[in-house]
Amino acid sequence: MSKLFSDENKAAFTNPLNLNNPITVQVLGICSALAVTSQLKPAIVMGLSVTVITAFSNVIISLLRKTIPNRIRIIVQLVVVAALVTIVSQLLKAYVYDVSVQLSVYVGLIITNCILMGRLEAFAMQNGPWPSFLDGIGNGLGYAAILVIVGFVRELFGFGTLWGYPVIPKFLYEAGYQNNGMMVMPAMSLIIVGCVIWAHRAYNKEEK
Amino acid sequence: MNPIKKLFDNIHPYVEEGGKFHAFRSLVDGFETFAFVPNTTSRVGSVNIHDAIDSKRIMSFVVIALLPALFFGMFNVGYQNALACGKLAEATFWGMFWYGFLAVLPKIIVSYVVGLGIEFVVAQWKNEEIQEGFLVSGIIIPMIVPVTCPLWMLAVAVAFSVILAKEIFGGTGMNIFNPALITRAFLFFSYPSCMTGDATVWVAQDTILGLGYKATDAFTAATPLGEAAQAGFTGFTPDTIQNAITGLIPGCIGETSVIAIALGGLLLLWTGVASWKTMLSVFVGGAATGYLMQVLGLTQIEWYEQLVLGGFAFGAVFMATDPVTSCRTECGKYVYGLLIGFIAVLVRVLNLGYPEGMMLAILLMNLFASLIDYCFVQSNINKRAKRAIIKK
Repeated sequence: MSKLFSDENKAAFTNPLNLNNPITVQVLGICSALAVTSQLKPAIVMGLSVTVITAFSNVIISLLRKTIPNRIRIIVQLVVVAALVTIVSQLLKAYVYDVSVQLSVYVGLIITNCILMGRLEAFAMQNGPWPSFLDGIGNGLGYAAILVIVGFVRELFGFGTLWGYPVIPKFLYEAGYQNNGMMVMPAMSLIIVGCVIWAHRAYNKEEK
Repeated sequence: MNPIKKLFDNIHPYVEEGGKFHAFRSLVDGFETFAFVPNTTSRVGSVNIHDAIDSKRIMSFVVIALLPALFFGMFNVGYQNALACGKLAEATFWGMFWYGFLAVLPKIIVSYVVGLGIEFVVAQWKNEEIQEGFLVSGIIIPMIVPVTCPLWMLAVAVAFSVILAKEIFGGTGMNIFNPALITRAFLFFSYPSCMTGDATVWVAQDTILGLGYKATDAFTAATPLGEAAQAGFTGFTPDTIQNAITGLIPGCIGETSVIAIALGGLLLLWTGVASWKTMLSVFVGGAATGYLMQVLGLTQIEWYEQLVLGGFAFGAVFMATDPVTSCRTECGKYVYGLLIGFIAVLVRVLNLGYPEGMMLAILLMNLFASLIDYCFVQSNINKRAKRAIIKK
């Protein structure tokens, strides 16, 4: 048991949540972070999908790592990721159809998410299945956390709702308040991601 | 001794290091250097420009140049209000002016309080000298929004542009985009119904402190340009064009009168604050593109009408010539100006969703200004390098 939660394994899980966050530090996966975060719900579903896919593709590649010929490793990794993406996409269609419609192509495009290939190449090819699993979960959640922050801000100011429920009181609208149309556009989410990165780096100034 | 000077001398001990009100050092510093030319001209490590005039004095010239357009804008706000309510015959000149003054003043105050507030806080925080760039932006911003724009929107937009378009890049002199235009772009994309929308935004329709008139029923007044965009550009009556030159049309507060803008432009050129190359080439670019569009049959608007309608003149005189965000090489200024005029008219004619292309054109060219400079500097270097090789 102690070995399962050794310091190294813990680091594999916690690093990507903060100091090695895929979005704010490695600046990977920005594309989908801009596209799916106009509301909280799709942002969370997307974050969880990426977490699951990263974790399990990490485990599978880590199990196969000694048998994969080096020259064709990318295509093997892609096949594994593609299979997992298809499964997740079908599950979403079966159980949360409206969200999967909202996410549209971006579920399928998880294949091209740099975080996945990055983790497979950088971590799963060198480590055992258990650390790889933790690493995948950590990276996925680190990605999801930023998506939730951006989705929260955008839905609150862009639509005046959270998780679909109106939260901005009616009297504010009557007093002349208006939803911010720019929050709905992807351009604004890039600015918000930028602000998140700014805050994160200012907070962790001494670490680097 | 000058009483203002004396006042500052009395305040000084309080705001020096260790004084009671040290937190307000930058504030006092800012006002003092605004009132009096400072003795020390530049600090180590800052940009050094050798000129008898410092940037606060340059900014003051621009503010003075903006005054004719601002005062005319105030009058026009009152005029449009009276016109809309059908009370033009009984309205007096001063009545209309004071009405417009009261309508515009809160916007100027909000713009300055929010913008300068952020600048003072940042300057104090980074322990820097107060930067004076907002002096101009603060007065331009109220002039390029519709008179009905709510104050809270203006405050949000000003805060957005000062922080994200200016302070992030390092403050005055470092910004890539014109902060005043970013403010307008933010309003334009965030709250489109208050910036273009249903055409009720351009004319004040309520009384203010008993002045002006209240519009009786649902009343709409589009700007001539917006109207033309909706009607598919069928051309204007000579009356409209004459009014566009004098400025008696609905529109953003400061942009309507070509005459008032021209007065300000002349002052800028006479004092040498703005570059005549940029200004001229914007007009040439706009006129040429307008003519081309007309010849190609894409629009019915005469080429000279493009120059007097909407924000074209205001943008060309006060925005495109901003020394920070425009090109610095002399040849680059021509290219920069021509492209602004070209893109502004192109957007107007081809994209009916955005009848006002000037803002988008200037912002886009702000982005390319340094690239244009780079090309001209490099070509000059290459030319000289070649000359050196031949001589060897």
